[in-house]
Amino acid sequence: MKHGRAFWLFVGPFAIGLLVFVYVPIGWSLLLSFFEARNTVTPTEFVGLRNYADMLTDQPFLSSLGTFSVFAAFIVPLTFVLALALALLVNQISFLQGFFRSVFFLPTACSYVVASLVWKLSIFNGVRFGLANTVLGWFGAEPVAWTVSTSPPWYWLVLVTLRLWLQLGFYLILFIAGLQRIPQHLYEAAWIDGAKPGWQTLRYITLPQLRTTSVAVVLLLLIAAYQAFDEFYNVLGTDRGYPPFARPPLIYLYYTALGSGGQDFGHGSAGAVILTLLIAGVTLLQGRVITR
Amino acid sequence: MISRRRLLSLAGASALLAACGSNTGRGGNGQGLKQWYHAYGEPGVQQAVERYAKAYPKIPIDVQWNPGDYDSKLATSLLSDGGPDVFESTLQISSVRANQVVPLDDVFGDAKSDFAESILATHTVDGKVYGVPQAVDMQMLFYRKSLLAQAGVQPPSTVDELIDAARRLTRDGVKGLFAGNDGGGGVLGGPALWSAGLDYVRDHQVGFDDPLAAQAISKLRELYGSGGLLLGAVKDWAEPDAFTQGLVAMQWTGLWAVPAVQKALGDDFGVLPFPKLGSSGSPSVPVGAFGAMVNAKSKRVDEAKEFVRWLWVERTDYQEDFNLSYGFHIPPRKSISAKASKLTTGAAADAVKFVRDNAKASNPPDWTSVMRTAFNDAVSRVVRDGAPADQELRGAAGKVRDELKRLYG
Repeated sequence: MKHGRAFWLFVGPFAIGLLVFVYVPIGWSLLLSFFEARNTVTPTEFVGLRNYADMLTDQPFLSSLGTFSVFAAFIVPLTFVLALALALLVNQISFLQGFFRSVFFLPTACSYVVASLVWKLSIFNGVRFGLANTVLGWFGAEPVAWTVSTSPPWYWLVLVTLRLWLQLGFYLILFIAGLQRIPQHLYEAAWIDGAKPGWQTLRYITLPQLRTTSVAVVLLLLIAAYQAFDEFYNVLGTDRGYPPFARPPLIYLYYTALGSGGQDFGHGSAGAVILTLLIAGVTLLQGRVITR
Repeated sequence: MISRRRLLSLAGASALLAACGSNTGRGGNGQGLKQWYHAYGEPGVQQAVERYAKAYPKIPIDVQWNPGDYDSKLATSLLSDGGPDVFESTLQISSVRANQVVPLDDVFGDAKSDFAESILATHTVDGKVYGVPQAVDMQMLFYRKSLLAQAGVQPPSTVDELIDAARRLTRDGVKGLFAGNDGGGGVLGGPALWSAGLDYVRDHQVGFDDPLAAQAISKLRELYGSGGLLLGAVKDWAEPDAFTQGLVAMQWTGLWAVPAVQKALGDDFGVLPFPKLGSSGSPSVPVGAFGAMVNAKSKRVDEAKEFVRWLWVERTDYQEDFNLSYGFHIPPRKSISAKASKLTTGAAADAVKFVRDNAKASNPPDWTSVMRTAFNDAVSRVVRDGAPADQELRGAAGKVRDELKRLYG
């Protein structure tokens, strides 16, 4: 295809931005992962695959990968089912549909950092006048240190509700768009053939027709789960570092590569490449499974 | 399609941000030395350091004030050629090994003996000094005299007494002690080691590979399990809010909190070092100091060193002003701190005494982020999950040993 001047005028700035701020750093990171690169981004000491070997035997990194595989296995289906259920409900009502769509979508516009601070400091703070503890107080319960206690691990409640609140709206919109693309005549034909509205049409018409949307949603959810950073960092991180539990791989890598007390770009980059390969692998696998 | 659009818009956004970012460099004629500070919270500091810089007679100095994540920003800029000539920071061995900073031993001259040794040690690697300490900060235990009197509790002088006090002071909706929202593992890990006469690293060896260390860290678990700790406060340990609002009877925080506490509670408070574990240990306070350093990539290292000498060694009047006129710091030079009237009474006088007798480096230069993560993870698992302390600390000691071997061979 031949492109005119207008094409390059419009695409050029973005393509340059993409190249300079996305592809060059990715390539550079790949390069750094094969070098001993402490406190430098122009390393000279080639170490081959040593950084990879180190990261693959590094207990905290492996445990963070494990934790977040479990986290993904939990949060992906949960968000998927809730978003789909909400979309079906919102799609069915005949009045105020736009209103409900907006209301559920609104949290997506909220910054992760702001939402994290609201969750941590006002809803789930540990003192007796925190919102959740006030409610508990009505029933005579003792205040709970939501983000501190590890047995039971209440911090997951804080993090999962936060993530659901922030994410649901976006996937809800994707599902509604998918639902509205299903031709009405399919349902009509099914009814004529004797299918009952409700479970039967959902199972045999709606869900199969939503397949492409579902694949996209699961893919985005999976990537988002492995790339968790913002709300974890803001809810559980302190100025003394990040606790060893519920530590997303990206946070561990962030401290490795950029933590105060020495930067280690070699190991950080190697970890990032491993994480990327893991996400790509899991994504391809789930794509295979769903579209089979 | 969506993802490509999002990628493109992200790239556009970062291009815009970069455009903003490049505008924060020095202005003027480009002749000046670049000097960086992090953003001090106290009003007046920025004007003060700009005033000092303007008073330098030899060359113009461009002061840059850096709000936000100063450590990351500084670390990134030191990798490039566009970094500052002079900056403030704490010293890390990684910067020395990467030749990012220059030794400043000749800058001190005769004044070297006037700097407190414990502070100078935090800026020394392999016998060379890389930073001129600007202002000393320290942490200590604040307690509310009236609440202790009501409960019939004496100010604790051992760790067991501290745990007992935290338990007994917990009543009527007031908790005994606040030592951070992570349950104390973050800020008290070091003091717990020192309470047993141990340390993070000692003479290039692991300092806590000892059964006593397990005992000391287990005490933090006991404290956590006592029910006497405030957890999940709105502001973390660095702010005295939980203490001044009457949520706790004792709080671990820093010297910087003294003015706010004084304002809220008047004379109804006292300060203590972290107590000793038993007969073999000693009380301790963590201290640290930002030091003025010179970027080894600077094209004008000698001029930068001369400026540092003038500002932080020669002009003692500025050091006094910087430490005592705005927030609350201890001047690192004995001759200045001795004559400062603000530091001769009350909590401030106690703090000066603690720094003299019980100072421990909160962040020694060879305590790297790998070591810190390993140690903090271990302490957190002991304190919060009740993991066995000896096993956890042995694991952390192994990592620290590997890292020390990498550093010192």
